[in-house]
Amino acid sequence: MSDTPSFHGTSSYLTNEALEASVNCALVLQKPLLVRGEPGTGKTLLAEAVAEALNTKLITWHVKSTTRAQEGLYHYDTVQRLYDSRFGDGDVKDIRRYIRLGPMGEAFKSEQRVVLLIDEVDKADLEFPNDLLHELDRMRFKINETGDEIVAKQRPVVIITSNAEKELPDAFLRRCVFHFIDFPDRDLMSRIVEVHHEGLNEALLKQAMDAFYAIRNMQRLRKRPSTSELVDWIAMLKNMGLGDVKLDKNLPFLGTLLKKEQDLAAYADQVAGGARWRS
Amino acid sequence: MSEPRKVPPMFLSFLYRLRKHDVPVGAQEAISLSKALMAGLHDSSLDGFYYVARALCVHREGHLDAFDQAFLAEFKGVEGEHIRLKEELLEWLKDAKVRLDELSPQERELAESLDLEELKKLFEQRLAEQKERHDGGNKWIGTAGTSPFGRAGKGREGIRVGAGGNKSALQSADARQYRPYRSDLTLDIRQMEMALRRLRAFIREGADEELDLDRTISETAKNAGELEVVTRPPSRPNTRVILMMDVGGSMDPHADMMSRLFSAAKRASHFKELRTYYFHNCVYGRVFKTEKFDEPIWVNDLLHECGRHYKLVLVGDALMAPYELFRQGGAMGVNDRNVVPGIQWLMNLQQHFRDSVWMNPEPRNYWEGTTIDAVRQVFEMFPMTLEGLSQGMAHLTKGRHARRSAA
Repeated sequence: MSDTPSFHGTSSYLTNEALEASVNCALVLQKPLLVRGEPGTGKTLLAEAVAEALNTKLITWHVKSTTRAQEGLYHYDTVQRLYDSRFGDGDVKDIRRYIRLGPMGEAFKSEQRVVLLIDEVDKADLEFPNDLLHELDRMRFKINETGDEIVAKQRPVVIITSNAEKELPDAFLRRCVFHFIDFPDRDLMSRIVEVHHEGLNEALLKQAMDAFYAIRNMQRLRKRPSTSELVDWIAMLKNMGLGDVKLDKNLPFLGTLLKKEQDLAAYADQVAGGARWRS
Repeated sequence: MSEPRKVPPMFLSFLYRLRKHDVPVGAQEAISLSKALMAGLHDSSLDGFYYVARALCVHREGHLDAFDQAFLAEFKGVEGEHIRLKEELLEWLKDAKVRLDELSPQERELAESLDLEELKKLFEQRLAEQKERHDGGNKWIGTAGTSPFGRAGKGREGIRVGAGGNKSALQSADARQYRPYRSDLTLDIRQMEMALRRLRAFIREGADEELDLDRTISETAKNAGELEVVTRPPSRPNTRVILMMDVGGSMDPHADMMSRLFSAAKRASHFKELRTYYFHNCVYGRVFKTEKFDEPIWVNDLLHECGRHYKLVLVGDALMAPYELFRQGGAMGVNDRNVVPGIQWLMNLQQHFRDSVWMNPEPRNYWEGTTIDAVRQVFEMFPMTLEGLSQGMAHLTKGRHARRSAA
């Protein structure tokens, strides 16, 4: 198996055994790697890290709600061709001039093996992932207009990210190696905060983290705060020069952490309930 | 290399165990897993096996917790399992020698200085320690730094900053950290909306009001570049849904869930029509437009108004006294002197609508031996969980696909 590269993280991307196992499974079995996790857990960064570790190019396909599977393969620019035919620019007979490869097409065509990141696949229509099954399996597709077939010269490493909240079709899931990025634990989170707020007061950091994880562990929250909310919240605390925070009903800038009305109500409820218990 | 390695039966029994825990695995997972093991991805350790198997057998975070439980059940505790596991681990060990070339010279020296017998002894020693997993998490076979198998070959690269810690596979499985993600436990409003979205279907009908760009272009091209505008009717949602909800009495504990389902259904913009009705315990002659049982509507009138193509979703625990379901006059409290027993009404509903489903908030293991059994014979029933809801919605749309292919 010495010809199969393996992944052990890079100097800037911290991994763990679970993640390495998933990435290496995907590399060896040549299956797409589906990475899921809450927002702000570094799903997209993983693809960059893998590309860096394998020393290859990264091709990114950002999926939006209107994206169709076809766009990833190629786009036939009919409008340009019509335009040219009217105003006589260039050789209209050559359809190939009007075929533009999408990110997936580029990845297939590349001479070297590349990492193809299909980012936020859940944003598109429900059926979108299913439309890609064949291409991901066979690593080839046909351009209907010209009859040309694009076959992957080097099977790209496909990494697909998706938010935790959305369901994906079963047929698609079965074909992927799955990895769920855990929410960072305290240690890792301290290091992440350190990156954003260098030299933060230790005591404040500890109190803020206590409060943050306590809130995250509360039941009945509809949207639990994530990394970016914590970073923003600490920025607010720092700006206002606050030295300490306590988990009670007067927690400063609670709105930065909890953004739904029901969650704020649930928070008030639980904090009050806790106080009653203690007294 | 020597003859192809056989997949130890342990993996197969583990796969069946996963299925018992409702983690859907099949031939595809078995093949991937055995390929991965043959490639040595598990690094000849139980920890490695845990991560590789998890990556390949689990496809959604909702199943992670069940996987952990299955893993625990398979590999923890039972004395006999340890022995079997030991034998299989020893099998792997023999193979570890094959990969000696991956080791640095010093490591190779160390590995070669130990012969198989010594390795076995070391192994058994470690295995004995494993039983007392509380005082030696970092001594697990495979993670111990000095072990010539397992992770030793990797440590030298010095990149493993903050690597998975000293938690062994069994310990992390035991921690059950994925419990909150179980898809058979939680259901929030957004997940319900996503599930309901499965019901959407669009149809183009009515006046040609929308510009069909693709066909305009192709027609224009065929027309030698002279503009040829093509229009088409806009696409509109074409799903009509009737939602009937059981309220009061034994449904009170589920009130919160019901209100979430109600708002999710109301917010769904992809229904052409949504009718919601309430009933108590069972549907008798009438259903009600409000939770307080005002504005009754006769079920027969409703059936008259709504064609077969409406999709019927009943939500209720289907728990009642048997006479409430089977006897004439069994209706309680709603002032219905029902001549026709409840079960007959249910059958009428089921027969009228082409697609119907019953969602039940009671946990599945309480279904046996109650009136739920009887109701299940009438309606296809699914538990009111994320998984159950998607299955239920899929069931509602199943007929559509079947007809489409028949046509």
